[in-house]
Amino acid sequence: MSTKWKVDRAKFFALITLAIATLFSNTVAQNDGTEQNAIGRAGTFAIVGARIVTVSGATIENGTVVIQNGKIAAVGAAVSVPAGAERIDGKGLSVYPGMIDAGTNMGLAEITLAVPGSVDLTEVAVNNASAMAIKGIHPDSAHINVTRINGITTVMSIPGGGVIGGRSAVINLNGATPDEMAVTPVYGLVVNFPRIALGGGFGGGFGGGGQPVDFNEAVKRRDSAVDDLKKMFRNADNYARAREAYEKDKTLAYPPNDPRLEAMIPYLRGEKPVIFAAERERDIKAVAKFVGEMKLKGIILGGQDAWKAAEDLKKNNISVIYTNIYALPVQDDDPYDYLFEAPSKMAAAGVKFCISTGDTGPEVRDLPYHAGLAGAFGLSYDDAVKAVTLYPAEILGVADKMGSIDVGKMANIVVADGSILEPRTNIKYEFIGGRLIPLTSRHTRLFDAFKDRKMPQ
Amino acid sequence: MLAISPALVLSQSKGGSVLIKNGTVMTAVKGTVENTDILVENGKITKIGKNLSAPSGVQVIDATGKWVTPGIIDCHSHSMLDSINEGAYSVTSMVRTRDMLNPTDITIYRALAGGVTSANLLHGSANSIGGQNTTVKFKWGHPVEDYPIPDAPPGIKFAMGENVRQTTNFNQPTRPLRYPRTRQGTIEVMRDAFLRAQDYKKSWDDFKAGKTKVQPRTDLELQPLVEVLEGKRLVHCHGYRSDEHLNLMLLADEFHFKIATLQHGLEAYKIAPEIAKRGTGVSIFTDSWGYKLEAYDAIPYNAYILWKNGVNVSINSDSDERMRRLNLDAAKVEKYGGVPEQDALQMITLNPAKQLGIDKRTGSIEVGKDGDIVIWNKHPFEVTTRVETTIIEGDVYFDRAKDAQMRIQMAKEREDLEKLDVNKAPGAGGTAPPRPSERRKADRDEAEHGDDGGNQ
Repeated sequence: MSTKWKVDRAKFFALITLAIATLFSNTVAQNDGTEQNAIGRAGTFAIVGARIVTVSGATIENGTVVIQNGKIAAVGAAVSVPAGAERIDGKGLSVYPGMIDAGTNMGLAEITLAVPGSVDLTEVAVNNASAMAIKGIHPDSAHINVTRINGITTVMSIPGGGVIGGRSAVINLNGATPDEMAVTPVYGLVVNFPRIALGGGFGGGFGGGGQPVDFNEAVKRRDSAVDDLKKMFRNADNYARAREAYEKDKTLAYPPNDPRLEAMIPYLRGEKPVIFAAERERDIKAVAKFVGEMKLKGIILGGQDAWKAAEDLKKNNISVIYTNIYALPVQDDDPYDYLFEAPSKMAAAGVKFCISTGDTGPEVRDLPYHAGLAGAFGLSYDDAVKAVTLYPAEILGVADKMGSIDVGKMANIVVADGSILEPRTNIKYEFIGGRLIPLTSRHTRLFDAFKDRKMPQ
Repeated sequence: MLAISPALVLSQSKGGSVLIKNGTVMTAVKGTVENTDILVENGKITKIGKNLSAPSGVQVIDATGKWVTPGIIDCHSHSMLDSINEGAYSVTSMVRTRDMLNPTDITIYRALAGGVTSANLLHGSANSIGGQNTTVKFKWGHPVEDYPIPDAPPGIKFAMGENVRQTTNFNQPTRPLRYPRTRQGTIEVMRDAFLRAQDYKKSWDDFKAGKTKVQPRTDLELQPLVEVLEGKRLVHCHGYRSDEHLNLMLLADEFHFKIATLQHGLEAYKIAPEIAKRGTGVSIFTDSWGYKLEAYDAIPYNAYILWKNGVNVSINSDSDERMRRLNLDAAKVEKYGGVPEQDALQMITLNPAKQLGIDKRTGSIEVGKDGDIVIWNKHPFEVTTRVETTIIEGDVYFDRAKDAQMRIQMAKEREDLEKLDVNKAPGAGGTAPPRPSERRKADRDEAEHGDDGGNQ
């Protein structure tokens, strides 16, 4: 490293510090997101005379849903309204389960491009297994109120960085603290799976960035990186066994605590899922092989080519969080609808999947349109609805709690004046954990502030 | 690639003829009419009505049960552009997007598959005055000279805010400091440019009037700005915050010209009356927000508030990806505030046509206009709708059924190519292919900053 570079770098950091300070002061002035997201009102509610899209079973054309103690207490065509329940006229309205986006960074980054102080997305170690998204989620992010009033009630928030990015959280978009929001505070272990990277370009993963390499060299680098990843899992396994052995026999050498290896134990034992970010066929197949060899529970995040690896995925019980509807096909000679069509191909091939925005936060509210566009290109309407309700609930291991309108499930419920997948549909009422949430957001507040503004005379 | 494009045979065509039968036609000006035929002859719409018959030799497309709209016009795009910012200076009015159009850019075909027929190809937003834009029709398969709309008025891209200041991205230690670095600097760079343009104009006026004897030197930087001062060149200005766009309009007031469009205008709703008073248009994202500090106050009700104030609003993509679903972006403004259906449709058809000065020839389905037409399998604002056919000046440039056939041919072509010796996999004794060059990222204004984020 030359002296000149050191000088330049010092100047650069001074500049950054100044810029961050400037931006931060701007943020405070402009950002009203420091106010608490309203957590809504609890009670007993009955939505009467509505069309009920249960998702798990047949749609009830004219029925009642009763919400009590935060749960769905009754559903059906002939359900009586409990005394004291707040009655909601459902005439002309449809009741849906709240939508679930399994692939977001909700609450971890407010303004990604310009305000580094608001970004908590990526840790800097190679193995960040001990990091938990739930410890970084900002419950009063404006993304939360904007997202939920479009019918999305639950998301998985995913940390990134390094090869092992950390552990994701499944949260409801309601609550004053991260704990109040948590459905599953610690869920998947995120792995940025080493990919065959030909260098240059966008980088990322092992072998990415830097000088271009030929294909054989790229495969060699990927394989070596996968070996390193295996070692991380084996180290954690050794650590777990050493700790267990020590518990049984205190005369053994004490294996000191290692939070990163400790964090990996439920994952290497297949008790909890490992989430592998992977897009291309060859990389997804490599993930399937890895999952099989290491006997893991696997989920693919991304999954552009997942349908091409259907047999590998099914054999290893790997499901797919598909995040590529708002994306362009990678190769010029890919069909124009290649990525719109992929969900229907996964459905046809019997791959378990859900549809996600893959967005950091602000555009997660577009989730229904991602599913709808898949519906334009081969996916059945029912599957499109399931792809953002019941299917993500299953993949996130919370289908016993949400994803459909069934008695006993958490009352995450959306009442709309049309299909929830349509961009012209209006949400009329929404419940999260049985609480009736106000349909207001940073956007509705700014709208109210400026809609009638006149120019001074 | 796509050597079998059907449009190839249309090269040199002066416009085609087609009869679209029995569709539900959203005219964008006179409501929606059912069971209606549209006859296009030699590129122009000649008849709209019921039970029209096709002149001999004219192709008939059955649109029974389908929806028909004008072609979508994207008022902010960087498709076809191999580079978008001339970065060294902040005033680069001399450069033209027209000089770097790539007619083989696959994004053209993908845009056609989303119903887009025309686009405003703008420079990026690194410079306060970025360069001359080009208004094109996506005549895929044609030689590049067929793309620009010949009688579209010339325009120029301006930009303000975070991108011009170049402070949004931090990890670029090698980037040299450049004036302007602040908003106050940006507006002064623009003001200085117009003062110089005024002086330059005076030197020519004086010379032409015989007051001076030495002919002034032609200045390629100032000439386009003189055209702005004379009302002959449209200004499209990238900006986010309402105060900076207001400053721009005040500058235009000072120099007695009108801004054609505020591009992005994420906070335009805050100054809707000021914009309406000046007759300036606004070309917005329907609902993008929050990716930059200056985008934090963007709201999806922007279109509604501007529309209610009588401002001409268009909805653009600024993205090769988003361009493919502008119909759904228009649908959203019905939800956010309640813009009526036809007015929402105009935001992706007639309104951008007006903003670009091409509304005499395109933007609605009316007799006398160009036959720029999209056929959809459902209402274009339904999420599960699909484009079936996209027509420009009577010629079919996208057809879903033909696309399906082309895929089969393409797959076979690919298979044949892969069998060639040079293309054998390394494991099968072939040599490794060279790595494809990095794809340019021209679908956003930040492209040159090396970001990989969303729309800007």
